[in-house]
Amino acid sequence: MEIKILGTGCAKCKALEATVKKVVAELGIEANVLDEKDVIKIMDYNVMRTPALVIDEKVVSQGKNLTEKEVKNLLCNDNTCSCHN
Amino acid sequence: MFKLFTYLADWIVYNLAGIDSGSHLGQALHFFVEDTSKILVLLFVISFIMGIVNAYFPIEKVRDFLVKRKMYGLEYLVASLFGAVTPFCSCSSIPLFIGFVNGGIPLGITFAYLITSPLVNEVAVAMFIGYFGFKITGIYVISGIILGMAGGFILGKLKLENSLTDWVKQIQRQSTSNSIEYKEENIPFTKRLPGITCDSWSIVSGVLLYVLIGIALGAAMHGYVPEHFFATYLSADKWYAVPLAVLVAVPMYANAAGIVPVIEVFVAKGVSIGTALAFMMAVVGLSLPEATLLRKVMKWKMMAAFFGLVTLFIIISGFLFNFLII
Repeated sequence: MEIKILGTGCAKCKALEATVKKVVAELGIEANVLDEKDVIKIMDYNVMRTPALVIDEKVVSQGKNLTEKEVKNLLCNDNTCSCHN
Repeated sequence: MFKLFTYLADWIVYNLAGIDSGSHLGQALHFFVEDTSKILVLLFVISFIMGIVNAYFPIEKVRDFLVKRKMYGLEYLVASLFGAVTPFCSCSSIPLFIGFVNGGIPLGITFAYLITSPLVNEVAVAMFIGYFGFKITGIYVISGIILGMAGGFILGKLKLENSLTDWVKQIQRQSTSNSIEYKEENIPFTKRLPGITCDSWSIVSGVLLYVLIGIALGAAMHGYVPEHFFATYLSADKWYAVPLAVLVAVPMYANAAGIVPVIEVFVAKGVSIGTALAFMMAVVGLSLPEATLLRKVMKWKMMAAFFGLVTLFIIISGFLFNFLII
């Protein structure tokens, strides 16, 4: 699995990257976590809000600093959001 | 309506903590509890309302709407209004700018959105209501929207398309505007509610620290800045008060949460409200960090036009406020 965090280096983007790395480690998923800071490359994904989360070249979330649970759900292919951690 | 927070602070400080209401500590704590609780509740409510609007009009849908409809000038108002209700994050400004321009939205309309978006945001509105009341907040919000419309309209007329940086022009050539299609998600309101509440809460907790710093800073300044301190330089009858305040504020960058309590002190110590509003607009609307980001998509000519025009408009609004409000 290849996971990319698209963001120009703002606080939210860094927070999302940290969350994703933590969840990946926790779940023991074999994944490459990359951060894409180059605006030109970010625009290739046609996103308008950062941070965006890209899993295997598919944009799954935009403009949100996701919670651990949300990241878990996305990684497990389930789209429900909830606040309960 | 805000009496509620006075009672709450009465109860917490005097009854619950049992601190003497006549003491300095008691009064300071009372002030702090009252202001903090009021601002946080306002912030939550406003983020919540904006969250509902955003759930139904996400930015992708707005873009689609602006691309497809011919509105004979009304699109400036629409873009500016959407700029006001969407939460702004400076790190999103470039993707947003490119997303709009690529979608085939004219530059002027993109600018209308770009000007209003940082100017009118949930934090600024909540802080303004808490510190200055509904009338001043209304004036601030409406002028922010008009500023975006007028600024966008004039920038659009300047035909600056050539001043986009080369890589933006390149993506513009590659993209086909009809390839962008927004797909509506049909989620019932009750299903959206937890997400919206969750987002509002994260906005509140995200700026909580700045709110506390701002309120503490404002409270401290009240004690130390002498009465009528600013009146000498920044009162309304000095013609240079507004331009001076705006020019000082443009390069500055501060969170709206931190700056409003400070502005309230300015006003209490002799700065006229119009000058203060213009200062606020210049601080949140334009900043050096934003300029360095926008430099990636705009050549110097466009940057100069954008910053110059918005600065000029903020100065003009400052004069108008001073003239109208006093």
